Amino acid sequence: MNPPIPSLRGAKRRSNPAGAGRCTGLLRFARNDVVGVALALLIILPTPALADSSLPPAALADTQLADPRQERQARALMDEIRCLVCQGQSIADSNAEMAGDMRALIRRRIQAGERPESIRAWLIARYGHWVSYDPPLEPVTWPLWGLPALLILAGLWLARGRFKRRSG
Amino acid sequence: MRTRLILWVPLAGFAILAALLLRPLLSPPQRDIPSALIGQAVPEFALAPGAEGRPGLASADLRRGRPQLVNIFASWCLPCRVEAPQLAELARRGVPVVGVAVRDRPEDLARFLAAYGNPFQAIGDDRDRQVQLALGSAGVPETFVVDGRGTIRHQHIGAIMAEDVPAILAAYEAAR
Repeated sequence: MNPPIPSLRGAKRRSNPAGAGRCTGLLRFARNDVVGVALALLIILPTPALADSSLPPAALADTQLADPRQERQARALMDEIRCLVCQGQSIADSNAEMAGDMRALIRRRIQAGERPESIRAWLIARYGHWVSYDPPLEPVTWPLWGLPALLILAGLWLARGRFKRRSG
Repeated sequence: MRTRLILWVPLAGFAILAALLLRPLLSPPQRDIPSALIGQAVPEFALAPGAEGRPGLASADLRRGRPQLVNIFASWCLPCRVEAPQLAELARRGVPVVGVAVRDRPEDLARFLAAYGNPFQAIGDDRDRQVQLALGSAGVPETFVVDGRGTIRHQHIGAIMAEDVPAILAAYEAAR
C-alpha cells in the first residue's frame, strides 16, 4: 500500500555533473551514471496518483519527543492505532501522510501531559473501535478473547484419549 | 458411523478457517470509515482563513441556525476537482457550503479555486489536519451536513458525483 518513496540520493551521490562533462577519463563512470539515473527514473515512474499534499510532514510526525518516557508512551500507542489510509498497518509503520499527522497528534498530546488511554478514547470516539488494535473486552468481542481458550480446551479434550491410553 | 463423521470435523474446521482467512487476502479490505460523530456536536475549533476574500471557519460559525455543508477538501486532491461542479450546483441551489482546506498553501488554494470554482462561503486553513481528525474524517474529499445547532447530521465519503446530489439535498432538507 505504501508507495515506495522515490529516492535519487544514490544516483546523485554517484553523479558528477561538472566532472563528467570535462574529463574524458570519467566517461565510463558517466555512462554508468546514465544507467543509474535511468534506473532511478524507472523507480519514480509507477508513482501513484497524487494522494498526499506537497507540504512537509508535521513537526512531530517523525521527530521523537525529548523525554524518553513520553516517547515510549507515544510509540506504544502508535503501534496500536490503525492507519486510516493504509488500513492494516499501524500509524507507526505507515508512511502515509495522514499517519504522520496522527503520530504528530499523539506526540503533541502526550507532550502536553495527556494519558495515552485518553488519546485512544478520543480517536475511538471519532473512528470507532476499528481504529484501535487493542479491542476492549465487551459482548461483541468476547469470542475474540474467548476462542483461544475454547480451542485449547477442545484440543485437550481431543488429546485426552491418547494420554489415557498411554498411561493405561 | 459416528466416529467416521467426527473424523471430518477437523477438515471442516480447517476449510472454514481457510475460507475466513482467504477472503480478506483475495480482496483486501479497504473500506470507508464513517465518522463516529454523526448525531453529535461538531468539536470546537477555529481555523484561520485559507484563501483571500473568504473568512476562516470556526465551530461557532456552524451554530448559526441554518444547516450547512462542510466540505473537507484540498488543492492537491484529484477527486476534489471531480466534485467541484456538483458543489457549485449545490451552492447554486442555495445550500451554504463552507470548506476545510487540508494541508494546503494559500497560493495553491487560490490556483485551485480559480480553476475549479469557489462555492465556499468560508474556508478554514487546516494546515496540520487537526480539524479533519477532530471531525473523524479519514480522507479528502468528504462532506458533512451540519444542522443549525452545530450537530453533524450526515457524512458523504468521497467525491460528490452527480448521482449523489439528491441524497445530499435530502440530508440538507432533513437538517433544516
